[in-house]
Amino acid sequence: MPEDAALKDGTAPGRDVVPAPAAVPAVRVDGVAVRFRTKKKDVTALREVSLDIAAGEFVAIVGPSGCGKSTLLKLVAGLLAPSSGDVLLGGERVRGPRRDIGYVFQRAALLDWRSARRNILLQAEMRKIPGERARARADELIRMTGLDGFEDAYPHELSGGMQQRVALCRALLHEPPVLLMDEPFGALDALTREQMNVELNRIWRETGTTVILVTHSIAEAAYLADRVVVMSPRPGAVTEIVDVGLPAERAYAATLASPEFRAATGRIRELLGAVSAHD
Amino acid sequence: MKSALSTPTPARTAGVALRQRPGLGRRTADLAEKSWRPLALLLVCFGAWWLIAATETVESYLVPSPGATLDVILDKPGYLWQHSWVTTYETLIGFVLAVAVGIVSAVLMVASTTVEKTLYPILLFAQVVPKIAIAPLFVVWLGFGVTPKILIAVLIAFFPVVISMVTGLKAVDPEMLQLSATMGARPWQTFLKIRFPASLPHLFSGLKVAVTLAVTGAVVGEFVGADEGLGYVILQANGNLDTPMLFAGLLVMSLIGVVLFVLVEIAEKLLLPWHAGRRDPAATY
Repeated sequence: MPEDAALKDGTAPGRDVVPAPAAVPAVRVDGVAVRFRTKKKDVTALREVSLDIAAGEFVAIVGPSGCGKSTLLKLVAGLLAPSSGDVLLGGERVRGPRRDIGYVFQRAALLDWRSARRNILLQAEMRKIPGERARARADELIRMTGLDGFEDAYPHELSGGMQQRVALCRALLHEPPVLLMDEPFGALDALTREQMNVELNRIWRETGTTVILVTHSIAEAAYLADRVVVMSPRPGAVTEIVDVGLPAERAYAATLASPEFRAATGRIRELLGAVSAHD
Repeated sequence: MKSALSTPTPARTAGVALRQRPGLGRRTADLAEKSWRPLALLLVCFGAWWLIAATETVESYLVPSPGATLDVILDKPGYLWQHSWVTTYETLIGFVLAVAVGIVSAVLMVASTTVEKTLYPILLFAQVVPKIAIAPLFVVWLGFGVTPKILIAVLIAFFPVVISMVTGLKAVDPEMLQLSATMGARPWQTFLKIRFPASLPHLFSGLKVAVTLAVTGAVVGEFVGADEGLGYVILQANGNLDTPMLFAGLLVMSLIGVVLFVLVEIAEKLLLPWHAGRRDPAATY
């Protein structure tokens, strides 16, 4: 994979934690199926999904609504148990809610009564991370996400983009090896969304975290990810995994104009179109 | 906030502007703007009352004039004050007990479905039984002192507290709870840091109902059997066909209810400034 070489060239400190290429994948989804039993009928949300994600890799998941993208993220976080198959995080089987992840939802899900900084520090309080270290880390993240000057603002005083930055800081406070993002920018306006994409790309490079991003935007997926997983409608399954083939560092305009980007988005669109034609 | 001022992008300045508290003059103007309509309506009511009394449309022993009512209040301030204090005391103790018992029951009911299934029907039953009908029983059991009045106030004020608190505890954003799970939070941590504070706005709307009901409870208790309190004053006045005193008692009683209600509102604003801020229309642009 060409992007692997690009990843290792990265000088960010986080990159050091990336194990040798042959090591266990950061996330392994192995033949997972999810079936819900409702009063009237059984619903299959996911059928037979298998996926390996390397440490430090950025993987985006796209697919039509209701294809089980969010379900997949919840499985990795251990918030949901698969009906069959296994999910492994860092080589370890996921049995319940996992603490070694960061989670960002579409809605920022901030506590109204806490300032931005104290919302970020909630993560530390729950995990009992020593105050001094937590505050230093929070300050670092606040700077990294451009929240300086807003530390003491309350959620209702922040714009949607700012709120989502706070949620991102909170998810990164404990330096999780894996960051799970469920349409984090879906509620933002187009301009803010582009800006957040550029910043997420930089933050990913700086932290070296493995990222799984669920999104509806093909452009967002192709701009940010090393690989894009395209899923079919319910019951969800992996249709194809598209290699974007761009270096980790991506200037926005140049990337969008690059042939690799256009090839990737073209292929994803084609796959999604083919998939929805079955409906 | 200083660094935010140096980078005046629209979002940033908006964020800062909203942090500033309005000045005293502005707040007084706001208060005047908000309160002149109800005050005007109140004045109109008083005017109508005065007109009815002045033209003797209704006999003065049935509806005393506002002047006569005020005279009674000013004439016997000690008498009314003493009995008002008894009613206020019963109301407050009843309210505080109702809040304490209500919150604890709500927490237990949300924590365990077994408790909820056991307690909820009983609560509902206790709410459905007319309190006025049990009041004589309490007097028989507990005598003529303040205890039965407090008990009735508790019984009547308790229900809105439980219902609002249960609603609040259950209305927590499910994503927030999932997030809490990924933080490895223990149930009591989730309760203290997320569920409980999130339920407070709901609780306060219940408290506002409860505090006014507590006044009713205390007075109902006094009606049934008492030798002090505003309920007693009204019964006495009624027996003597002393309508000015009856009206004065009613007036003072309403005043106690309004003052207590406003006190709960002030407590809400002080304790939950983030909630008041969220309702501020300026914040929802």
